[in-house]
Amino acid sequence: MARIAGIDLPKNKRGEIGLTYIFGIGRSTAQYILNTAGIDPNKKVSEWNDDEQTAIRNIINNEIKVEGALRSEVQMNIKRLLDIACYRGLRHRKGLPLRGQRTRTNSRTRKGKRKTVAGKKKAPKK
Amino acid sequence: MARSIKKGPYVDANLEQKVQAIIDGKAKKSVIKTWSRRSTIIPDFVGQTFAVHNGNKFIPVYVTEFMVGHKLGEFAPTRNFRGHAGSKK
Repeated sequence: MARIAGIDLPKNKRGEIGLTYIFGIGRSTAQYILNTAGIDPNKKVSEWNDDEQTAIRNIINNEIKVEGALRSEVQMNIKRLLDIACYRGLRHRKGLPLRGQRTRTNSRTRKGKRKTVAGKKKAPKK
Repeated sequence: MARSIKKGPYVDANLEQKVQAIIDGKAKKSVIKTWSRRSTIIPDFVGQTFAVHNGNKFIPVYVTEFMVGHKLGEFAPTRNFRGHAGSKK
């Protein structure tokens, strides 16, 4: 069982995929890590020996921002937008999309579950 | 798509002149009234107050260093949503 950056990696996945279970590492970062460490990306997580694990840990510690540090950076960026009260900050406050998408319909990811408004008229049939 | 770095930030020429005049001490420091919402805030603007037009009136914007890189218009909202009719808070 490989434990890297405070996350248990799934042991029977390929290394390239297994590393993406860490927040902040996607496919291309995973490939970069394994290339620099000189490990075959097809090698399963459970097959890594201790040296290889140390190599991976070193690369992640020294070069890549992951998990808690990355999450707090994202939060700091959002907080900066909120504090300067720019348009994107205001949209964050209201929980609406930031990048000019329509909000008449859709944008459910940002707005959350539909809240039915009582007494709202339906569009007349034509 | 982002603007080419080669060109540098876009600032309306007249606005840049006004700010430069204040920095050089040629003009008295005061609120700069502007319609130029499209101008990027450059480091020279920090500490100035702009009155940015929102289509109706001028919104005072005090520029801090965190605002550098944004446009002036981002700080003067053009829409004022007060909630839907009949929805009580």
